[in-house]
Amino acid sequence: MQYWNPTYECMSREDIRRVQFERLVETVKRVYHNVPHYRNKMQAKGIEPGDIKSLDDLKSLPFTYKDDLRVTYPFGMFAVPLSEIIRIHASSGTTGKQTVVGYTRKDIETWSEVTARALVCAGADKNSIVQVAYGYGLFTGGLGLHYGTEKIGAAVIPISGGNTKRQIQIMKDFGTTILACTPSYALYIAEELHEAGIKKEDLKLKAGIFGAEPWSEQMRREIEEQLGILAIDIYGLSEVIGPGVACECKYKCGLHINEDHFIPEIIDPETEEVLPEGSVGELVFTTITKEGLPLIRYRTRDISSLNYERCECGRTFVRMEKVCGRTDDMIIVRGVNVFPSQIESVLLELGETAPHYQLVVDRVGKLDMLEVRVEMTPQMFSDKVKNIESVEKRIRSAIESTLGISTKVTLVEPKSIARSEGKAKRVIDNRKI
Amino acid sequence: MVKQISIFLENKSGRLAHVTKVLGENGIDISALSIADTTDFGILRLIVNNPEKAEEVLKKEGFSVGLTDVIAISVEDKPGGLYKALAILAEHSIGIEYIYAFVGKRENEALVILRPDKPCEAIKVLTEKNIKVLEQEDVYNL
Repeated sequence: MQYWNPTYECMSREDIRRVQFERLVETVKRVYHNVPHYRNKMQAKGIEPGDIKSLDDLKSLPFTYKDDLRVTYPFGMFAVPLSEIIRIHASSGTTGKQTVVGYTRKDIETWSEVTARALVCAGADKNSIVQVAYGYGLFTGGLGLHYGTEKIGAAVIPISGGNTKRQIQIMKDFGTTILACTPSYALYIAEELHEAGIKKEDLKLKAGIFGAEPWSEQMRREIEEQLGILAIDIYGLSEVIGPGVACECKYKCGLHINEDHFIPEIIDPETEEVLPEGSVGELVFTTITKEGLPLIRYRTRDISSLNYERCECGRTFVRMEKVCGRTDDMIIVRGVNVFPSQIESVLLELGETAPHYQLVVDRVGKLDMLEVRVEMTPQMFSDKVKNIESVEKRIRSAIESTLGISTKVTLVEPKSIARSEGKAKRVIDNRKI
Repeated sequence: MVKQISIFLENKSGRLAHVTKVLGENGIDISALSIADTTDFGILRLIVNNPEKAEEVLKKEGFSVGLTDVIAISVEDKPGGLYKALAILAEHSIGIEYIYAFVGKRENEALVILRPDKPCEAIKVLTEKNIKVLEQEDVYNL
């Protein structure tokens, strides 16, 4: 099976735009009439549903921020009465109050449809055995993939996350063919398999569908090599629907966005202007089929770009580049947007794992200075000054060629960069602007 | 050859004190030391009586630590004494990465630590010319 739903997945650009426009008009009407919060926002901008006369009018609509969901907590943004809601999920509120999302029966159907498409991208069919090792519960990871697997008629193993020994046992005994979990957990499972003396040849695993956290190409190579599988990236966020908003195909060059359900835009997070095709910026989604919680121009804070070129796989849906960071972490140095993840990928080239690092920005005179502090690792250390200095130089020139700006690289002692809850604080901005 | 321990230090106050505190608390005796310093960092190089233990306790404290083979030689403690040894190395085109002297000394002898680029050849040519190359035990118990 090459596609799950070729009618949509391989639709012409013209038809996609037509479908999107029809659905957008309908969605805008619905939120205007059913969600007071949206009506207020639109009235504040002097816009009525009738003003949406073409797809390009999307950019006149107000943005939706995570904060809109917080101030209307818990159900204030729902566009249907609660009697129509059949499922509620919530995102863990690590950066504030949790956000609540509600699904109607049709929303669950849509969600199953998009995760089914993703699973087919990974090579699934009704003979597949899919081990869903994403967490089940309020988190959308587990149940999202679960329903998609059932929809295509494959067998789902709803094992949820954790208990790695059991994961391995079941993987081997039940002949799991597709693993769905976070990429870091996939690597952990690979390590445990190695410890247990189980070789990749002893397993039936063919592919993995990994997401819910950013991961690098390096990590993909490791997972593919250690588990002997095809590893593809799935993208989603609970506010929009959950996993399945977009997914890579076997060519692994960008994630196909399910454009018959979600319209993507790339904007400059500072000016909020829509950026030309191919530019890197913040990803914004408008849902056009959702009933429970429709969102207009939702600011994801994720950094990506869009590629409208035809993919080798035959799907016509636009591809978003693998998410390479969050706008929350973005800093602007001498007019250049810098994401910590860019530095991380440079550091990954130096060894198997990226050392801890921190970006310190300062203004010296009128010039911004970017200092990259990198914790010394055993691979970098030497008793000779010139060796350490050459490591510094290598990092500096690699960062310069990636970012296009000069930086100062300072090697610091291990564990000297402050960590909070195990994560290092990536950016310190000392500029007083 | 002699095991030298090297430690990466940021250029900020208290780092060197921390190293010596850890070593002191673990009963490790320093018999020679040097610091190579740059603007941002330094590399502290030490000869101690128990290098393996020193490495272990410093790593536990989170330091970047390395063990390197160096050679220790004894030269006559008089003008031209060091020259005699270094001339031999120069003659054989053996380069020296770094060199430093011992804290203590023996009667009429000055002890020097060398990190040549070709350690085995260095030992061979020095011994041939009657320069005394010290064994581990000689050095650690100084």
